[in-house]
Amino acid sequence: MTVTSGSKVEVRLPSRLGFEKVAMSTAAGMAKLMGFTEDRIEDLKTAVAEACINAMEHGNQMNASVPVSVVLSMKPNELEVKVMDNGTGMESPATPPDIDRKMSGEEEARGMGMFLIQNLVDEAEWVSGTGTDEQSFVRLVIRMNKESE
Amino acid sequence: MQTANKVSQQQLTGASGQQITCLRFTGDISSASRDAVVGTYQALDKASHQRILLDFKGVEYLNSSGIALVIQVLMEASKSAQTIAISGLTPHFTKVFTMVGITKYATLYPDETAALAAL
Repeated sequence: MTVTSGSKVEVRLPSRLGFEKVAMSTAAGMAKLMGFTEDRIEDLKTAVAEACINAMEHGNQMNASVPVSVVLSMKPNELEVKVMDNGTGMESPATPPDIDRKMSGEEEARGMGMFLIQNLVDEAEWVSGTGTDEQSFVRLVIRMNKESE
Repeated sequence: MQTANKVSQQQLTGASGQQITCLRFTGDISSASRDAVVGTYQALDKASHQRILLDFKGVEYLNSSGIALVIQVLMEASKSAQTIAISGLTPHFTKVFTMVGITKYATLYPDETAALAAL
């Protein structure tokens, strides 16, 4: 198979937990075709799964009939992933988890998804829509070679 | 779509001669795994299970909701002065657990053998 920059794949998922793994596998497959290293693919898998879970839970309020759309676009040396939902968007940047506050019960044990996304990919931006007419989305970019490395 | 998670329990002996309760997880660890992770831990008698090893070698999928369940176990264990160690994470999830600060409250070992040698 010849991998061409500009190739695009779209996946539509029901807002039901577990289906994020379909987007995760698709993203991993595309990254593998592009020649990403295993550790970058693992970063991508976690970021895509967390973005889809956020879209299902916070965006679509776990309404299984409302789909989460995931568009994966191959670009030179990078993969862009847009995860869209019908919510009103998430606030960014993410607050880093404070393990001491979590351990003392002052902060919920959950709520690390956005933090993980931001720290595992090279670019992450959350764009708010108005709901049904204009979808909210998170746009992730992961490069074949992590910039900080 | 969620792969069933299973947990098995085994009593092991660490290099120090102390009893270690090993909880081995398989399948998915996500929000649907509360019973497997927190429930199994809570069912242990705290006085007789002072050292617990959570082994993730058989885990196929782990997300932030699953990590939150591990944090909940750490919270409860710290109140009971239990020691929690973690083994079998992939290099990626070793990085993620370190990133969220879990290493402040639990030591990560590459595998069960390394954990038992240290405990």
